[in-house]
Amino acid sequence: MKNRKFRNLLILAVLLVTIYFLIPLLPIELPDFWTDRRVRLGLDLQGGMQIMMEVDYHELPDAERDDAVRSAVEIVRNRIDQFGVAEPSIQRVGRNRIMVQLPGLQEFDRARELIGRTALLEFKLLATSEQIDQTRERLDQYLQENIDDYPFLERFVLLEEDDPMRGILEDEEEDEFEEVAGDIFTRLTSSQGMPMMVSNQDLPYVQRLLESESFVENVPAGLMLALERENRLDPRADRELFVLLEKTELTGNMLENASVRIGDGTDLQSPNRPYVSLRFNREGSRIFEMITGQNIRRRLAIVLDGVVYTAPTIQDRIRGGEARITGNFTLDETQDLVIVLRAGNLPAPVNIIEERTVGPTLGADSVRSGLSAALFGLIIVMIFIVIYYRGPGIIANVALIVNMGIIMAALTILGAALTMPGIAGIILTIGMAVDANVLIFERIREELKSGKTVRSAVDAGFSRAIVTILDANITTLITAIVLYQFGTGPIRGFAVTLSLGILASMFTAIVMVKALFEAVITNKNRTELSI
Amino acid sequence: MRFFENTKIDFISKRRVAYAISIILILIGIVALIVGPKFSIDFTGGVSLELDMTAPTPEHSALGIDQVRQILVDEGITDVEIQTIKGGDDQVFFLFKTQKVDDTFEVQADEDREEREEEFVSTARIINLMRTHFPEYTDKPGFIRLQEEVGPRTGEELKGKAVMAILIALLGIIIYIWWRFEFTFGVAAVIALFHDILITVGIFFITGKEISLAIVAALLTIVGYSLNDTIVVFDRIREDLKVYRKESYSSVINHSINETLSRTVITSLTTFVVVFCLYLLGGTVIRDFAFALMIGVIVGTYSSIFVANPILVEFFGKRQTSRKGGIKKR
Repeated sequence: MKNRKFRNLLILAVLLVTIYFLIPLLPIELPDFWTDRRVRLGLDLQGGMQIMMEVDYHELPDAERDDAVRSAVEIVRNRIDQFGVAEPSIQRVGRNRIMVQLPGLQEFDRARELIGRTALLEFKLLATSEQIDQTRERLDQYLQENIDDYPFLERFVLLEEDDPMRGILEDEEEDEFEEVAGDIFTRLTSSQGMPMMVSNQDLPYVQRLLESESFVENVPAGLMLALERENRLDPRADRELFVLLEKTELTGNMLENASVRIGDGTDLQSPNRPYVSLRFNREGSRIFEMITGQNIRRRLAIVLDGVVYTAPTIQDRIRGGEARITGNFTLDETQDLVIVLRAGNLPAPVNIIEERTVGPTLGADSVRSGLSAALFGLIIVMIFIVIYYRGPGIIANVALIVNMGIIMAALTILGAALTMPGIAGIILTIGMAVDANVLIFERIREELKSGKTVRSAVDAGFSRAIVTILDANITTLITAIVLYQFGTGPIRGFAVTLSLGILASMFTAIVMVKALFEAVITNKNRTELSI
Repeated sequence: MRFFENTKIDFISKRRVAYAISIILILIGIVALIVGPKFSIDFTGGVSLELDMTAPTPEHSALGIDQVRQILVDEGITDVEIQTIKGGDDQVFFLFKTQKVDDTFEVQADEDREEREEEFVSTARIINLMRTHFPEYTDKPGFIRLQEEVGPRTGEELKGKAVMAILIALLGIIIYIWWRFEFTFGVAAVIALFHDILITVGIFFITGKEISLAIVAALLTIVGYSLNDTIVVFDRIREDLKVYRKESYSSVINHSINETLSRTVITSLTTFVVVFCLYLLGGTVIRDFAFALMIGVIVGTYSSIFVANPILVEFFGKRQTSRKGGIKKR
């Protein structure tokens, strides 16, 4: 009996978890943490772009190959980051390939151009605090006057609350009663009261402003804006917006080498801590000495393709071209920084070897046709099962629906994307999931025919069918796993939903259908079973 | 309701007829593999482009495929295959495909690429031509529905990977069945699976459909599905061999097939129905995939009754008549 209790609890738990993850799919208002738990759509359903790149490192010695690929990944990641695409994915595939997925993106040519460009690493000084204040004032004023050019900032347009005419007037007339906030830029860049910090929420607006030419033109002459790079560990963390001197002091090709070092115990600056060591070439050393000499205590930003990676403070005048960047770095962070510093003169070219773009209309069409195919298939199968098995058929149908739910919930939990082949996998599962029940029901029928009581026929039917179900499904699982290993993107989606479908159907048939059966039999204490 | 109650069909005695049919179909498949089926750009490299060129207003006449082709021909582009796809609401989509890609497709800089635009067909070039010649038909946000460019080398690699995937799956299956039943069962099952794959490839060859990445996935699914059917019967044979100790192999196997027949038919039916729905309603992207699965369900059901089990009879029939030793474990 204890066993049965545990089983019922398990069923309940699975149902609750499933429902929790299905609710966000309904068109109702929910808190953010909940709607984030929505199954992700693959590129082929959502629309988007996938690029496969290959780092051509055949001219490099073996020892440098891995670093070259890592630098390339970093450069690509950095550029995609500026693109402002939600949830991009940049993965290293195999030894020297990089796969980039940009959901929702349609500017095929622009992405291609941006990703294919040569990396640019620059060293730029930070502006003084007076210059920063001046920049903010100028931009605040500019935005107040030109708010109409930036419709995405409309939340900073306030209607005068008490005006009786509000809401009665036509749109055009309403304009006269609008008041535009005078500190839009400051507000966008003061996350939690910290000046020049941009919160994750405001980030898309700031990125769009930075892309607008007329906005950037209003930055005071000789200055420029650059965002801090995304925090790898916490992508939602606030990011600093730097005001830099436009002048490039040094470029990456003046850098001869960059490496990670660990200070020994007697090292005053970084005892037992990792730091980055830099070596400039002759010209670089000369310029570097001059800059450091003239700007002690100021910050020098290391900028890759317009994104600030770090901005260390100049401690002293540095002669001889050997410098170190110290700070509260972890080993990973220093390694990342070295990759960036080396990216300045990338030795291995990166080639695009495959591109696939799906437009949003095709994606939407696929979703629609996939859903209708699934729905029709489901309805026909359910009607057939009820006609063929009657009462127990209803139980099988309940199991089938729960099965669909479990697949969707499991996809969400695994963070796997639903693709068109994935939908096909679910549809196929509708057909195949019934199989486990058919095996059980057919067995029960046979047992009943051989003269057993309802009770023992059900028990025997289940226990005999389970062996078959396991054998048959495990072999299908083997092929699904191979498929997962072999395929990329959409095909993987298929392998995932198929495997989940198989697992879910085993669970529903062996555990849930059995529980329902037992409930029906004990309650009515019946001697006959119509199956 | 019941199908096939107490059937006593003698499947085994008809096995030679089934062999003949299967061998003919398999030969077609082998010929297809030798001649080479039509591979999609996934495997050959190439370009595929789907454009929405629906008339902007009812006053505009719908574009015909010949108008579109003429423009490409005028530009000297002749080796592009064009298809019309009808969407709902009188939508007209054109699908352009070519496997002729420059060997130096894989280039770094965009400047190089532009220079070579003249020499090979890129999606950008077709898009630009369409935009210039049919401005009203192309000026819409969802104009580009699908745009794919695959380098020839990626495709070649994929072919090898696909064959490997199928072989590894088959090997895994033999091992599993060997462990759960015995080696003979594994071999019989895998012969049936080869049979299913070859026939599906053969039918794709005859109908002129392309083998794409998705079709390879479908082939593997067919393997899984057909095996599912086969194993259910095997399982019953294993059980029946213990119950009917005095009967001959062929009569026990026949008995097992008959006992599981209604299950086999019902599952095949429900699976076929859903796959058929997918074929009819699932849209162009998934149609060929669904088609492969439809063939697979039919062939898979057929092979588990008429191929895998009769082969077992052949193996066992040679081994003994008195049935000592029998089946290893449960």
